Amino acid sequence: MTAAGRGHARAASLEFRGVTKRYRDAAGADGAAARGAVNDLSFEVPAGAICVLVGPSGCGKTTSLKMVNRLIEPTAGEILLDGANVMTEDVTALRRRIGYVIQQVGLFPHLTVGRNVAVIPALVGWSEDRQQARTDELLSLVGLDPAQYRSRYPAQLSGGERQRVGVARALAADPPLMLMDEPFAAVDPIVRERLQDEFLRLQRELAKTILFVTHDVDEAIKMGDLIAVMEEGGRLAQFGPPDQVLAHPASDFVARFVGADRGLKRLSLVTIGDLKLEPAPDRPGLPAFRPETSLRDALSVLLVADARGGIALDDAGRPRGFVTVDAIASALAEDRPGRLPA
Amino acid sequence: MSSEPLVRWDWLFAHLGPIADRMGQHLYLAGIAVGLGFAISFALAAVSIRRRRLYPFVTLLATAAYTIPSFALFAALVPVTGLTVLTAEIPLVLYTFVLFVPNIVAGFDSVPWDVLDAADGMGFTRGQRWWRVELPLAVPLVVAGLRLASVSTIGLVTVSAILGDSLGGLGYYILDGYHRHFTTEILVGGLLSIALAVFADVAFVLLQRFLTPWAARRTEKARWT
Repeated sequence: MTAAGRGHARAASLEFRGVTKRYRDAAGADGAAARGAVNDLSFEVPAGAICVLVGPSGCGKTTSLKMVNRLIEPTAGEILLDGANVMTEDVTALRRRIGYVIQQVGLFPHLTVGRNVAVIPALVGWSEDRQQARTDELLSLVGLDPAQYRSRYPAQLSGGERQRVGVARALAADPPLMLMDEPFAAVDPIVRERLQDEFLRLQRELAKTILFVTHDVDEAIKMGDLIAVMEEGGRLAQFGPPDQVLAHPASDFVARFVGADRGLKRLSLVTIGDLKLEPAPDRPGLPAFRPETSLRDALSVLLVADARGGIALDDAGRPRGFVTVDAIASALAEDRPGRLPA
Repeated sequence: MSSEPLVRWDWLFAHLGPIADRMGQHLYLAGIAVGLGFAISFALAAVSIRRRRLYPFVTLLATAAYTIPSFALFAALVPVTGLTVLTAEIPLVLYTFVLFVPNIVAGFDSVPWDVLDAADGMGFTRGQRWWRVELPLAVPLVVAGLRLASVSTIGLVTVSAILGDSLGGLGYYILDGYHRHFTTEILVGGLLSIALAVFADVAFVLLQRFLTPWAARRTEKARWT
């Protein structure tokens, strides 16, 4: 990648330390409980991890995100990017090294897709050749053919295509941190799932630090290495890997928020390949599962097929072991360490 | 008298030079009014955008100015500023405000907030945001204001002919033809004024197409999907 040659940090660590934002409510009193307020928020995101802020609307998750690039200034506390307080850096320089993706995308309607992607490189004075090369590289990366899309205008794109361009634009200057505010909420569920999957694939390559806001628990569980559940009043209700939050909700609020089906949600985090299994019996006609199949999908197949068990395959497609409903159930009893990057 | 034809072509061909001069003066008077009116309106709009509470007052003043009949306003200014270009331009400039200011304000209001949020979040400075994002996106409505104001001003310039032979552009022929019961002159003055207005309107439409190719693409898309 271009950035490696420039010796940039590929990812930065992010820390919230006692961050508070108060808004004055209509009555003029200090309204700590006002919409969007944040109350003494502290957590740490290691470099290269996706941290999802999730919570009901008005819980302050977008406020928290916007305090990182100082679109909103905190009332108290500090936010550290690679150990340095964001308030001490020049605000324009800070924002230019933080990728920013929002739900409405905010593409510039008067600029072509190519110019949109290269907008920050152009502002900081890259040569035309370098801008063009970077634009093509990024469009390919997000799955858009540069030759076909480079000269189109945003109005000529579908919602999903726009959001891809938005991600490409945010990546243009190879930022060590990306802020993503409900980036996939405005597209239909099928496109959303595809964008989520592709983004996770992309992230395995890029290993950026990402702060991701959503109100959707399922999205938080799917996207997050860490999730920060926030509740009304801008308080952090729980912080940890998704499996831990699902297995041990810290409060009634968290338990209610993640849903009564949190057991099933945990199953969606674990795949057949993760299970330790008994040897497979030599019985024909059983359902077979690939290693990447989630336990949730496997359980569903077993229940629908009314089968006691199925065959787990290995990567080469050979039988590896016997998957039973009991084995899936006992997987729920285990605590998993999560999938934080090393 | 009854044998007088509708158009005396011989008169027309004998006066091509003066007609061209009057046309030039017409465009000159209208050009100054539109240019000056645009500059002042832009400042008024900028103030109105930054201080929203002032906007109703600005609108009120612009509308009030527009309600004064042009004929009366030209006449009222003569004792103050004489039979000068200034007397012609003051009303012409005043009348543009009501056409420019709302269009300019609406132009900047039409910039989507998510686009501004993205620009801020990505690290545009205030100046960069204004020049590279807000101004280009305001162009369609600003140009709409220019079209209205130029057409309206080109029409009004004819009225300034009451200030004397040295003013009024093509309006001179309308007034002179009226006094002399000479239809050819009235038609020349009237039809060429209309032609100038149409010309200005088309020129601004082309300017807008050139400045906002993205807006044309949008309608293209709308047509094909």
